[in-house]
Amino acid sequence: MFRLEVRPQPSATMAWLSPILALAVTLVVGASLFAMLGKAPLSALAVFFIEPIKNGYAWSELAVKATPLLLIALGLSVCFRSNVWNIGAEGQFILGAIGGGWVAMQATEESSKFILIPILLAGIVAGAAWAGIVAFLRDRFNANEILVSLMLVYVADLLLQYLVYGPWKDPAGYNFPQTITFAATTKLPKLFRGFRTDIGLLIALSTAAALWVFLFRTYAGFQLQVGGLAPAAARYAGFSSRRALWTALAISGGLAGLAGALEAAGPLGQLTPYVPAGYGFAAIIVAFVGRLHPIGAVFASILMSMFYIGGELAQSRLGLPKSLTGVFQGLLLFTLLACDTLINYRLVWHTSVKPNAQPEATLAKPSVKSPGSA
Amino acid sequence: MDGIAPLIASTLSAGTILALAALGLLINERAGILNLGAEGMMLMAALAGYATCVHTGSDTLAFIAGAAAGAASAACFGALVIWFNTNQYATGLALSLFGAGFSAFAGIKYTQEKLPERPRFSIPVLSDIPFVGEAFFKQHPVVYLAILFTLALSWFLGRSRGGLVLRAIGESPESAHALGYPVRRLRFTAVCIGGALVGMSGAYLSTVYTPLWVEGMVAGKGWIALALTTFATWRPARVLLGAYLFGGVTMLQFHLQGQGVNIASQWLSMLPYLATIVVLVLISRDINVIRINMPASLGKPFHPTS
Repeated sequence: MFRLEVRPQPSATMAWLSPILALAVTLVVGASLFAMLGKAPLSALAVFFIEPIKNGYAWSELAVKATPLLLIALGLSVCFRSNVWNIGAEGQFILGAIGGGWVAMQATEESSKFILIPILLAGIVAGAAWAGIVAFLRDRFNANEILVSLMLVYVADLLLQYLVYGPWKDPAGYNFPQTITFAATTKLPKLFRGFRTDIGLLIALSTAAALWVFLFRTYAGFQLQVGGLAPAAARYAGFSSRRALWTALAISGGLAGLAGALEAAGPLGQLTPYVPAGYGFAAIIVAFVGRLHPIGAVFASILMSMFYIGGELAQSRLGLPKSLTGVFQGLLLFTLLACDTLINYRLVWHTSVKPNAQPEATLAKPSVKSPGSA
Repeated sequence: MDGIAPLIASTLSAGTILALAALGLLINERAGILNLGAEGMMLMAALAGYATCVHTGSDTLAFIAGAAAGAASAACFGALVIWFNTNQYATGLALSLFGAGFSAFAGIKYTQEKLPERPRFSIPVLSDIPFVGEAFFKQHPVVYLAILFTLALSWFLGRSRGGLVLRAIGESPESAHALGYPVRRLRFTAVCIGGALVGMSGAYLSTVYTPLWVEGMVAGKGWIALALTTFATWRPARVLLGAYLFGGVTMLQFHLQGQGVNIASQWLSMLPYLATIVVLVLISRDINVIRINMPASLGKPFHPTS
């Protein structure tokens, strides 16, 4: 048998190793799952981890999905670091798409290319406002932010459906629940000819850099983290927990909204009921796998994007359901949390010491030294 | 007036889903464990119950399968948070995300399957009373079971030694540990029993209430159940009443749609979620009301020092 023993100090090595260990366990479980489903485990795993990075086009597709995941996860990292449990990023993403989409619908072919700026700003504002509801209800009425933010996901989803089935439905759309296709001027500029990757990727990466500076090089970022790690210490130092709440939710809501607007003006080009693709929930996993660190989130978002693309490929190539993605994502977070235990504890194998032998040993060797012996 | 009796009947049915799940979560929380995984557990249990019913045709077995699925997934969660000291919020979320993915994956072929003929229930004599019989006495046995269980749980928590111990490990695990109670094992037991109830709620949803299996069919009911425990300030009888109230809100939405009210259906569908927010705000406004019954060590990990 083994037991857990508290480490004198949290292990920095394990903090890095834990996500890799978790991924390894997920892979082993995944391989056995494939074997059970009657697919060759190695070639099935290749669909998830080799195919999505085999050429430039595959990398571009990977980046398209990693962009919203990264943006949302960055905001959530700030939130979780300050101990604010916003798990309704999916709703803030939808609102961002609605806000950005509304501006994009006003654009015509004659609009200036700079229409993109109001589109993205509208997304940020809409997402931040949606998260602002959570902050307000928490701040003013002490309502639990987990439940409120989550309920607002369902409300946002229904709001989107109302719009695309109702007032925003394309009159020339053969009664399909979708808005008009946005004018070509609203399309995000592509980074490379022939690839779908657009400037959203650059925005996401520079946001990661900016948040790194904010968290680790500014006083405001420091205050936010102290509030999360040691609320009593933060109170003693006079750091406002209310400001931390509002800041964390505004940042995460704004970034989720930005991701929504980028998605609407980028890959989608119109609003449909299928705007929410679960990025807001997957980003929770990205944030944890990325150690709530902006740089870690970059790598974690690529990994999670692989799961998305792998799931799609598994459907078309192996005839497996696309929902396999969700299984892997959930499994990864589970194993990660279990592996994280090793940061603060170490596994000790029980050498069979008889329990009744211990008191004698304690008597023979007193652990507290007498003052004279020092 | 015609529609009222069926409306009451369907309210009781819808409320039972929330009541079972919320009572399960209440047992968890009284022991000091906050399980955010209810949504995922309900999904997996709904599928387990549905699949069992498709293959065996037995309602009883379906409920047993649902409860087993709920207890098994709760055991995974419990082992992680109790012995590995993982963060309860994050672990519960992981369970919810995993449950959503896994049930969608494993349940894909059951979306086509149909259940055998659903049995109808009615209590002899009482169900013949006009109006009242239609409204109250033609329910699935689990509806009455949920009421009985609420009473039993009220008695257990407030009047029995076992209930006192359960509350003690949620209020002050250190004291319970000092008295010699195996806090972690008791917490684990509470998590598993609570999980079984959440699982029964999932099985009720897929085999009695809808009855069908669709990916993501729980649609937030696990989260609403979680809100209910706060709303009811951790008291079983209030949980039941709250569950019926929310069941009523859900049914009112269908009722209004049926009446041809001139509001887009999406606005009506928002009602249960908005009601949850409103109720949370109303109840949380006064922190003292919450604190009277809130288990003092809710969500806090416990590791014995010796």
